[in-house]
Amino acid sequence: MPNIKELEDLTTQVRRDILRMVHKVNSGHPGGSLGCTEFFVSLYQELMERKDSFDMNGIGEDLFFLSNGHISPVFYSVLARSGYFPVEELNTFRLIDSRLQGHPTTHEGLPGIRIASGSLGQGMSVAIGAAQAKKLNNDDHLIYSLHGDGELQEGQNWEAIMYASAKKVDNLISTVDLNQQQIDGSTDDVLPMGSLRAKFEAFGWTVLDIEKGNDIEAILKGMKEAKSLTGKGKPVCVLLHSIMGNGVDFMMHTHAWHGKAPNDEQLAIGLDQNAETLGDY
Amino acid sequence: MKTYTYTEKKDTRSGFGAGLAELGRTNPNVVALCADLIGSLKMKEFIDENPERFFQVGIAEANMMGIAAGLTIGGKIPFTGTFANFSTGRVYDQIRQSIAYSGKNVKICASHAGLTLGEDGATHQILEDIGLMKMLPGMVVINPCDYNQTKAATIAIAEHDGPVYLRFGRPSVPIFTPSDQKFEIGKALKFTEGTDVTIIATGHLVWEALEASKALNEAGISAEVINIHTIKPLDDNAILESVAKTGCVVTAEEHNYLGGLGESIARVLAKHQPTPQEFVATNDTFGESGTPAQLMDKYGLNSEAIIKAVKKVLKRK
Repeated sequence: MPNIKELEDLTTQVRRDILRMVHKVNSGHPGGSLGCTEFFVSLYQELMERKDSFDMNGIGEDLFFLSNGHISPVFYSVLARSGYFPVEELNTFRLIDSRLQGHPTTHEGLPGIRIASGSLGQGMSVAIGAAQAKKLNNDDHLIYSLHGDGELQEGQNWEAIMYASAKKVDNLISTVDLNQQQIDGSTDDVLPMGSLRAKFEAFGWTVLDIEKGNDIEAILKGMKEAKSLTGKGKPVCVLLHSIMGNGVDFMMHTHAWHGKAPNDEQLAIGLDQNAETLGDY
Repeated sequence: MKTYTYTEKKDTRSGFGAGLAELGRTNPNVVALCADLIGSLKMKEFIDENPERFFQVGIAEANMMGIAAGLTIGGKIPFTGTFANFSTGRVYDQIRQSIAYSGKNVKICASHAGLTLGEDGATHQILEDIGLMKMLPGMVVINPCDYNQTKAATIAIAEHDGPVYLRFGRPSVPIFTPSDQKFEIGKALKFTEGTDVTIIATGHLVWEALEASKALNEAGISAEVINIHTIKPLDDNAILESVAKTGCVVTAEEHNYLGGLGESIARVLAKHQPTPQEFVATNDTFGESGTPAQLMDKYGLNSEAIIKAVKKVLKRK
């Protein structure tokens, strides 16, 4: 049984990392990052079977692919705090000569990153390829991926969703960050997508919801259930009902902080709402 | 002058199919993907022998490129197969981000390139693909000239660690290179020695260049023919060495003159040794329906066009 308090402490620290990283360069995407913090912490601290060292092929361990690369702050923070690279390096986010590019890249060789993402809609295809490579390698570890809900408006996803069930890619758990926000407004305002559950099910996936997508215990329970549903001939979709901007009251439930950095005053308020737990970088 | 003859014509895409089949037997990491064009890409032999290493993705090229990128994560060497148009323009962003920028070891194998696709017309005849692919950092761009060279290239690119664009075609063309050739990425091949003009060709136009050089020789013009099968990285030295001797150059390719081999050559010459150059290529136009021979004639991509360009460039020396 994981120590929930420890995970929550880490979550709070990751929120601080996100706010500080984005504030420092006055650029980046805090809203979606904050909304997925509990998910990333759960994934990297409890759910994935990971090796201590990083290699690109990742044979013999679970792999994660971030498709909506703009939430790089949460990805970088959790990778650093999971031991992939020094936490101090978060200081270089979006700065010249940094391995922490605005959107994740393999180009500069940052441990933990296996594919570039930023241009949306490509991650599920990549995750499927990695999942099929695992099968060819007789490696029974899992592939996890994360996608924005707005990102599902990109058509390539639906090519991938169709393919994954047709080819019985059942070692894949794709999570949709269902925060119902995108740059221009709510997903319902921009392009209503109807029932994602019905769509995934119609495409032959097993679907489950995590209603409390910012509750670590609920995430662990839901994702463990998802894990138990792998290996049964169908890919698994998790609809993570999250709150954009979670943990910073004025950033919550709005698209306004999709790609906007807090000013000095806003940073101070955000940090106040997330008291330091593990030490800032 | 060395002359080239042939006893058999065969399509370059079949050279790809034969090379892929051989890789299926010799390299267990090679996997193949196709977007509903197995017959067109001649992939059947590989599939029959290695069904578990083949992925039919359906008519979904963007997904195919992403899956190929993912398969490399696990040590596979994916070869994707579809028409050149759908291998490049249709999926440029997927190739750019998930393959080239991510440095993935994917071999993008593109058939039916250029005008010689023929009757299907402009929607399927891409004449911009070399440009699109050569502009991507880290992408190797290869356009072999006949069946044997395409087969050798297919086998060779499996050994290269990184993304490769391999371009070939549909029609049967003369086989004039040896079946036991070694293919070296980035190494230009001098096919004939000459002193008056350098003809640099790629793909289906190499044979036309050899035909042109034969006719030119009979007319007292000594042409050096260089086969550039690798457009990127380009063998700058071979080009500069030849033009230092001849003082003028004609480039020939089944591609738009904008962004193709000719432009790459012009860049090398402009930088090191400004030299008169004529381009045998399409003139910033889309194609149309017709037989391959009719199209190559109408759009000026044959030995007659090369001879004409040589006569023009000689006057500019």
